[in-house]
Amino acid sequence: MTRPSPPDPSVDLTKNGLAVTVRNLSRRFGEFVAVDDISFDVKKGEIFGFLGANGAGKTTTIRMLTGLLEPSSGEGQVGGFDIHKDYEKIKTRIGYMSQKFSLYDDLKVVENLYFFGGIYGLSREHIRMRVAELDQSLNLLAVADRKTMSLPLGFKQRLALACAILHKPPILFLDEPTGGVDPIARRYFWDLISTLAGDGTTVFVTTHYMDEAEYCHRLSIMYKGKIIEMDSPSAIKKKYNSVSIEDIFIKLVDR
Amino acid sequence: MINTRILPLIRKEFIHIRRDPRSLVILLLMPLIMMFIFGYAINMDLKHIRIGICDLNRTPSSRELIETIRMSPYFEIVTYYNNPNRTEALFTKRLVRAVIIIPADFGKSHARSRFANIGVITDGTDANSATLVQNYLDGLFMGKSISSATNGSGPLVSVKSRMLYNPDMTSSHFVVPGIVAILLIMIGALLTSVTIAREKETGTMEQILVSPIRPYEVVLGKAIPYLVLSFTIAVFILVFGHLWFKVPMLGKWGFLLLFCVFYVFTALAIGLLISTVVATQQVAMMLSLVITMLPSVMLSGFVFPVASMPRPLQVVSQIIPATHFLKIIRGVMLKGNGPLELWPSVAAMSAVGLFFILLAVRRFKLKLK
Repeated sequence: MTRPSPPDPSVDLTKNGLAVTVRNLSRRFGEFVAVDDISFDVKKGEIFGFLGANGAGKTTTIRMLTGLLEPSSGEGQVGGFDIHKDYEKIKTRIGYMSQKFSLYDDLKVVENLYFFGGIYGLSREHIRMRVAELDQSLNLLAVADRKTMSLPLGFKQRLALACAILHKPPILFLDEPTGGVDPIARRYFWDLISTLAGDGTTVFVTTHYMDEAEYCHRLSIMYKGKIIEMDSPSAIKKKYNSVSIEDIFIKLVDR
Repeated sequence: MINTRILPLIRKEFIHIRRDPRSLVILLLMPLIMMFIFGYAINMDLKHIRIGICDLNRTPSSRELIETIRMSPYFEIVTYYNNPNRTEALFTKRLVRAVIIIPADFGKSHARSRFANIGVITDGTDANSATLVQNYLDGLFMGKSISSATNGSGPLVSVKSRMLYNPDMTSSHFVVPGIVAILLIMIGALLTSVTIAREKETGTMEQILVSPIRPYEVVLGKAIPYLVLSFTIAVFILVFGHLWFKVPMLGKWGFLLLFCVFYVFTALAIGLLISTVVATQQVAMMLSLVITMLPSVMLSGFVFPVASMPRPLQVVSQIIPATHFLKIIRGVMLKGNGPLELWPSVAAMSAVGLFFILLAVRRFKLKLK
């Protein structure tokens, strides 16, 4: 498995070079603490992975950072903007792909693309050019006139990704982007993500597939709302003297 | 107001509508079916009521009376009998809905005092019809006494009533505008709440909400297509009621349609409001039907007059948009009223409509953040 090289620090480092900063962020639903006082930074151009079992608080964290959910407490910045005050500005700078590949099943592939490009204020001409550009890696134009519901899951996944990056967001949030997709499509998808990151896009990705953790530059392991480990995959492996992230994860969660 | 971000929303919504012809057919058929059911079934005029006659008098006077009843289009005499004890059997065997018993001294007292009693017994299991039968018979005998007054010294005062604006008491003239009011609020609320619930279910709403689109743009992007659709249905029902049920249109189409637009907008606001509290399409559908249909049928004055409701229900009826819209649509269609005569209802409906619209937009916004 080839791992992409870490981001070149000379690329596009405005301000402090951080795409996302989070300090003491928490979210409670009644008595239940979904996210418990987490803090971390994501550098620009980094693939930052959130690893954890279902219910560990990964999705809740993403929803807070994308402005879908108000944090109970704590601070955070996305693209240099405050998540409490400037969420409208944040929205123009992020792309988001939810774990359900939220697309309109009764719309054709192109219609989905025009719709999602349209709500970001892109002109139809602009979208057409952008789709042609993305098609080199995403291969969607071949099925442009098919209804989305008739597509295999791997195509839907790529279409959802295309919809999320039409407006060229500097920061991309992916919530379990490979759920249910076959291994080949998953591999292909991660190659796309690595290319995007290589071009300077910051990628914030959650997953519960342990093998996918290897694609990330840096990894944070979440358990019951807390971050219990955070470092590069190789450093984590060295620390726990193990070759498999999966073993380490089970060891961490079991203790 | 319409900017480049709303257009894709509107376009997408029309694609949904076009791609789902089954729902479209249901949307057009439902009003038709309802109109036929209500238009014909809620028929307040009874005809050919089956009655039995027990003539214990057998004089020319009683025969004259029976002849009067026989000539009336409202009654059909199915049996003559002589033993009053058989009366109950006629009812239990469901042969008649009313019986008229002419007492043995009818002829005598009629000749003597011009006042004579006859017995009318109706089947109270269907209270509405029973009342109607009694009213018809009263009317019939009033005519009878008038006719006998001409060849004698009868009552000096006789009541001649005339029904204005619906002289034939045709139920459909009264019912069809009511159906328009109920269907529009129901369809409007249903469409909006279900389409938003669907986006919540599939997660596409979330996808829209992470984009820079503003809440009001989402609302308008949803409202405009369904406003167009609901309004088309409104015109369809109105024209159908006008042509098929011959509901007169004495007022101005323009004024009525303008208010239809506003009324439909109110319906969409209610749908939007419902969508903020539900998570699935099923619940959205049930809630929309219950919230719009029940009050609009029971409390708006569609069937039961508001004036005869208990005080608290009268207050409730004032916040039901259909109450005010009913006054407007009946006024315009049957009486030829315009804004000049209808302004209290117009003002009340505008207030109720604005209340729902503002509440919906506010709640929707809150929900997003």
